[in-house]
Amino acid sequence: MAMFIRVDIDESVQQDADLRGRLAEVCPVDIFTIEGEGDSARVETVEANLDECTLCDLCIDVAGDAVQVVKLYEA
Amino acid sequence: MRLYEHEAKQVLARHRVALPQRTVATTADEAASAAAEIGGRVIIKSQVLTGGRMKAGGVRFAESADEAREAAEAILGLEINGQQPMGVLVEQASPVAQEYYAAVTWDASAKRPVVIFSDMGGIDIEEVAEQHPEHLSRTHISNLRPFSDFEAKLAVSKVGVTGGGLGRLSRIVAALTRVFLEYDLTLAEINPIGRLEDGSFLALDSHMDMEEEARGAHAALLRDLGVADEDTRQARPPTEFEIAGAQVDAADTRGVAGRVVEFDGDLGLIIGAGGGSLTLFDAVRSAGGRPANYCEIGGNPSVAKAAGLAKLVMSKPGVEKIAVMMNVVSNTRVDIMARGVIKGVIEAGYDPAEAITIFRIPGSWEEEGVKILDRYGVEWVDRSVSMHEAAQRAVAKMQEA
Repeated sequence: MAMFIRVDIDESVQQDADLRGRLAEVCPVDIFTIEGEGDSARVETVEANLDECTLCDLCIDVAGDAVQVVKLYEA
Repeated sequence: MRLYEHEAKQVLARHRVALPQRTVATTADEAASAAAEIGGRVIIKSQVLTGGRMKAGGVRFAESADEAREAAEAILGLEINGQQPMGVLVEQASPVAQEYYAAVTWDASAKRPVVIFSDMGGIDIEEVAEQHPEHLSRTHISNLRPFSDFEAKLAVSKVGVTGGGLGRLSRIVAALTRVFLEYDLTLAEINPIGRLEDGSFLALDSHMDMEEEARGAHAALLRDLGVADEDTRQARPPTEFEIAGAQVDAADTRGVAGRVVEFDGDLGLIIGAGGGSLTLFDAVRSAGGRPANYCEIGGNPSVAKAAGLAKLVMSKPGVEKIAVMMNVVSNTRVDIMARGVIKGVIEAGYDPAEAITIFRIPGSWEEEGVKILDRYGVEWVDRSVSMHEAAQRAVAKMQEA
């Protein structure tokens, strides 16, 4: 279970196939993955990689407010 | 990495150091054949990567092939300091009139190689240094200037050797020094150099350690000696703890969390950065601490890797506390290290606030790292606290507990 970082993905991202693909591609530590195919494809987070987040903001650059990186240790 | 005696002698032979006639044997029958071929009195020596062979019964003399067979059989079955011999060296026994000692190693304080020579060889050189300092010379050589044979002559003459012996011994010491420099050794030793009754000199035993990182540069030599890539040549086989440490390092290409060496202390160490590991390990020992391990962490390891190492160290029986200390880091991120060690400690079943005696990793992303440490109640210090002081504080906490 992630102890330090949580990533929230807005449902609107799931409607945009291009954005889903770019999220999976841009993360240097593979936090995003595409599950399913075609209309049922969704971008999900990889639990084991969440704490590897380097806070690089590349996902936020791609998705804007639709992706939130939450630092659990600041809570 | 350590070379066997017979390999060290092959290296010396390449540099024209005179050696007794010898053969490596892996069976008792081979040893008997070798003894018959050499003729006369022979010495049978266990080929292990550890000292104390004589005391353990790993060195025997034989007057005939039958005696050589018997001696080899006994030695080949004899474990010395946990090591089985890879074979025996069957060597012509030489009538020695006097024994000398020569070695080249690194003087860490002077940061230069030092040539050590004594006219009292064959015994522990530490004992000579302590009880007969006038019989031992130390001659530092330059890291920059090319080595000159004159420096070898200086080393030999300092203990009072003169005449023909001076020239002959100087040539051996010069060759040994060139071997040390050419092959990136950390130790090149001949003990003893024997002066025979006819006035000639022979290298009777030799010990060489090569810098681990130099293996690639000297692949051709190692291939000639028959050293396989997977042959670690450490003085003892790795422990389960050390094997697990290597697996943690190998599981992820990001950064380094390696060179885990097990010790019998109770303070786990997560240490590294720019020579910080050795400095911090020594600092813990100087402060009276008992390290449970050595390691080298750096190069911005992943959270998983740092966590894996911390979990491994905390899982070692008798270890309930660790010190996380590094030199000032630039490419390693403090926040990633903080996440990793805290995660590892929690996964090992401990409270980070209690288990981490001190966290001293100043450098990049320090502010973010401090937020994490504060969140978990871990005591941290910044670069205003020296590595030595941080080590002292960690040891003080151990002593309080």
